Amino acid sequence: MVSTIVGVRTMSREKLVVIGNGMAGMRTVEELLKIAPDHYEITVFGAEPHGNYNRIMLSPVLAGEKNINQIMINDDQWYLDNGITLYKGKQVTEINRARRYVKTADGVEANYDRLLIATGSHPFVIPIPGNDLKGVISFRDIADVDQMLVAAKQHQHAVVIGGGLLGLEAANGLKQQGMSVTVVHINDTLMEKQLDKSAAKMLKKSLEERGLHFLLATQTEAIIGKGHVERVRFKDGTEIYADLVVMAVGIRPNFELAKKAGIYCERGIVVSDTLQTYDPRIYAIGECVQHRGTNYGLVAPLFEMAKVCANHLARYGIGRYGGTVTSTKLKVTGIDLFSAGDFTGNDKTEELIFQDASRGVYRKLIVQDNRIKGTVMYGDTIDGAWYFDLMRDNTDIGDIREQILFGQAHLGDSGHGAENRVATLADTAEICGCNGVCKGKIVKAIVEKKLYTLEEVRAHTKASSSCGSCTGLVESLLAMTVGGNYSQAPHVKPMCGCTDHTHDEVRKLIYDLKLKSVAAVQKTMEWKTADGCSKCRPAINFYLVCAWPGEYQDDYQSRFINERAHANIQKDGTYSVIPRMWGGETTPKELKAIAEIAEKYQVPTVHITGGQRIDMLGVKKEDLPAMWGDLSKAGFVSGHAYGKAIRTVKTCVGKTWCRFGTQDSTSMGIELEKMTWGSWMPHKVKLAVSGCPRNCAEATIKDFGVVCIDSGYELHVGGNGGVKVRATDFLCSVKTPAEVKEYCAAFLQLYRENAHYLERTAPWVERVGLTYIKEKVVVDNAGRRVLAQRFLDSQQFAQVDPWKQRADGLDAHEFAPLKAVG
Amino acid sequence: MAATMKQIDWIAIGTLSDIPRQGARVVRTQQGDIAVFRTADDEVFALRDKCPHKGGPLSQGIVHGKRVACPLHDWKIHLDTGHAVAPDEGCAASYPVRVEGDKLYLSLISNEGCPKL
Ligand code: SRM
Ligand SMILES: Cc1cc2nc3c(=O)[nH]c(=O)nc-3n(C[C@H](O)[C@H](O)[C@H](O)COP(=O)(O)OP(=O)(O)OC[C@H]3O[C@@H](n4cnc5c(N)ncnc54)[C@H](O)[C@@H]3O)c2cc1C
Ligand code: SF4
Ligand code: FES
Repeated sequence: MVSTIVGVRTMSREKLVVIGNGMAGMRTVEELLKIAPDHYEITVFGAEPHGNYNRIMLSPVLAGEKNINQIMINDDQWYLDNGITLYKGKQVTEINRARRYVKTADGVEANYDRLLIATGSHPFVIPIPGNDLKGVISFRDIADVDQMLVAAKQHQHAVVIGGGLLGLEAANGLKQQGMSVTVVHINDTLMEKQLDKSAAKMLKKSLEERGLHFLLATQTEAIIGKGHVERVRFKDGTEIYADLVVMAVGIRPNFELAKKAGIYCERGIVVSDTLQTYDPRIYAIGECVQHRGTNYGLVAPLFEMAKVCANHLARYGIGRYGGTVTSTKLKVTGIDLFSAGDFTGNDKTEELIFQDASRGVYRKLIVQDNRIKGTVMYGDTIDGAWYFDLMRDNTDIGDIREQILFGQAHLGDSGHGAENRVATLADTAEICGCNGVCKGKIVKAIVEKKLYTLEEVRAHTKASSSCGSCTGLVESLLAMTVGGNYSQAPHVKPMCGCTDHTHDEVRKLIYDLKLKSVAAVQKTMEWKTADGCSKCRPAINFYLVCAWPGEYQDDYQSRFINERAHANIQKDGTYSVIPRMWGGETTPKELKAIAEIAEKYQVPTVHITGGQRIDMLGVKKEDLPAMWGDLSKAGFVSGHAYGKAIRTVKTCVGKTWCRFGTQDSTSMGIELEKMTWGSWMPHKVKLAVSGCPRNCAEATIKDFGVVCIDSGYELHVGGNGGVKVRATDFLCSVKTPAEVKEYCAAFLQLYRENAHYLERTAPWVERVGLTYIKEKVVVDNAGRRVLAQRFLDSQQFAQVDPWKQRADGLDAHEFAPLKAVG
Repeated sequence: MAATMKQIDWIAIGTLSDIPRQGARVVRTQQGDIAVFRTADDEVFALRDKCPHKGGPLSQGIVHGKRVACPLHDWKIHLDTGHAVAPDEGCAASYPVRVEGDKLYLSLISNEGCPKL
């Protein structure tokens, strides 16, 4: 046996043999190469005479929209480059588990330390007379497509048996190739596994408009012909002409080889959550497996399996596959159809339906206890990804029920609504405004670089890597370009590439296991990288700051530069300085002080910010501590304009001056700012207090907004301006300033303890639901007080002016060069 | 190590403890700033303090593993070679550093491989 000595590179690497050169097998190898490129010597056997290609794109190839070269994922060169031995066109016929080798029909042998079976499935062939005639084929691989293309050139009449996803894609393709096509389906509606009756009817109508014929509720009895197919006969005795019959009635997992080797199989090779068979040296993945009683026939689950399997093969030993919620799209150009989850429902579920027959639009959501359980969409599927997300996140949709069927655009997106229909956009249309990336460039990268995931598109094109507001568009582009289920993120979203743990898991374990340093979190949760990355470290650091106030030693090396330097870095490497101006109010004396300080440090630009205060831009890093010292002497503290922290509290002049003012909004704002300043948050937090419903301080687009009314104060939460404008939700009304402060503190603490890092209140409120927030902050009086108290307790440690500390010498190394040479 | 017999002028720039772990400090030189990084396990690297993307100051980034994330647009740069982590492309010149006990020495003659400026 090859033994691995930990920490020392072994002389000979372990041997991994892969049976099956298809989508699941090669995806696993790709994942493995990413995380442990040197661990194995890899040998691959593939029965097909090709490299690894994208099987789901066979439909567009058949339809003439793509050619074979465009759908290759990994060509021969890739195997060479990665030192993988590939046996093309060789079928493995024996697995010898005792001596650990596999053998092909023509006698090639290969030894393994680990074996991966990824043999996919066989198309099911109906057991009827004539099923072996020439011209009767299935739709599974390149050879099938080649046959169909040849037939289309020579013949006229095609019959497709099976009105499911595959059958319809085959039928559409053959029609595009000029054949006359009849689809025969045993059921009385099309795609009954994915569609309800209404959507199926609309689909049938549009396919008929394209010239396809249908025979529904029709059972095939025999295929007739002398050597070559001539006719197809049905149970009712009728017959139709056929020169080509495509059977697309389902697939059967291909596990005979495994079974013969004594590996436990039921309706597939039975695997555990780590994708191991009953023989722990042997893994299996893809359509040939049965996991927790389920067989899969789509790529999204296979890709999730591949990640876990690779992880386990690389000996990280973390990561479990827990099953996948799948969704479906039909790849027929011009037909928009999406379905996911349970779309029929039962007596516990309810249906939300939107139907506009003349526009050909249909949307149905199956809902139980205000959670989406399934969806069917036809005609306009732009919101499919959004519903699917809500479904996977188990989001409470109670608060958006009224608008949900109208789509996400309806919830506010700076009026980009119609622009979101990516399919109709020109190649030159700009998708990512931050990085100036247009549609054509993204599509080109997806095709040429063979990108499958949002992360990859971000890495290669930078689209959606900055503010993220175009994420939905980029995902739609991915879905549109590569079809099928490629775009979907795994159903649990890990914090970043360094871990498989989600934000929520990390937070919970920090409390449960009393973890008190970034390193301890990473060690306990088996981080895959030595010390994390620029995504996870700041997140963990914040979670620790929030969990252990006063006790946790803030890890400044895990903070983004702005927070480490307590100033905003500018594009030329200088910094900006924004002191706090409580509630946006100032005095001549303060203004004079600022003027003098700005002159003394030769500040090139002084700007009145959108947050009612003054920004001094272009300050050299070395000057910061001294400048802060002067500001501190004049009574200023840091404005935290650089932090995921409390930013500003905007106010209007209120009843002291304004003829409409109902309360002293300025003082209310100042009190709130004095209470909340200095607190670190998951994202920036802005407050505002308006003196009356005219709302001059724009309180209804703030994270926490107060609108004064005659009888007291209205409290609003979860708003923001910025990338995606969202007006606040109304939380409740209260009578006194003390109550405003208590509710504000409780709301902020709930947000701090519950939201994911870099999730602003607006998306957070949408994710957890306003009802949840109301329960904690409004309904539960005792709970609210506890939350508010926890906030105030942690403020004791947070309200130390970081500028003064640094003016007094803290972190001096941050602001001075190590040395000046020459 | 030093296969080339070229005479190297080592300049004393301070001690290991002057640089925070997972952090960096800047050495000002006539040819521009050089960022000197210290990783979590006390390896020291020096790169020109200019991101190959748009010139961001790499010394201000988050250091993780043997990489630094540029503070301006989050490109990741390999500390040992100065190359951007794929798929990004570009390179920040790297400089030889010597650690002797606690003392750090830097050479102003950059390693082969990247454009000098
Ligand atoms: C200085 C200022 C512009 C100005 O001259 O008026 C400004 C400047 C920046 N804003 Fe802003 N924002 C400023 C008010 C606003 C406002 C207006 C407001 O607060 O009423 C908004 C919209 C309201 C909102 O936040 O909901 C605003 C929405 C943003 C956003 C989008 C946030 C979002 O959730 O969509 C970003 C990007 C981000 O935070 O990721 C951003 C990010 C930035 C950054 C930090 C960009 C960056 O990362 O470097 C800019 C820093 C400049 C600097 O060095 O000082 N800034 N920014 C304003 C400072 C306010 C202050 O006194 O602290
Ligand atoms: C036309 C078409 C369209 C599709 N469209 C979609 C879609 O839009 N969305 C979606 O999610 N899914 C779609 N699918 C399904 C998707 O392609 C499959 O789920 C996926 O390919 C399964 O991957 P796999 O690796 O398990 O099997 P495969 O990709 O079939 O790979 C198995 C490979 O193993 C080889 N093999 C088998 N036995 C042996 C042996 N003994 N020795 C050596 N090699 C062997 C086979 O030749 C085959 O190449 C489509 C499928 C088809 C056919
Ligand atoms: S200040 Fe705000 S709006 Fe202006 S460029 Fe910077 S981020 Fe954009
Ligand atoms: S300047 Fe470094 S990432 Fe843009």
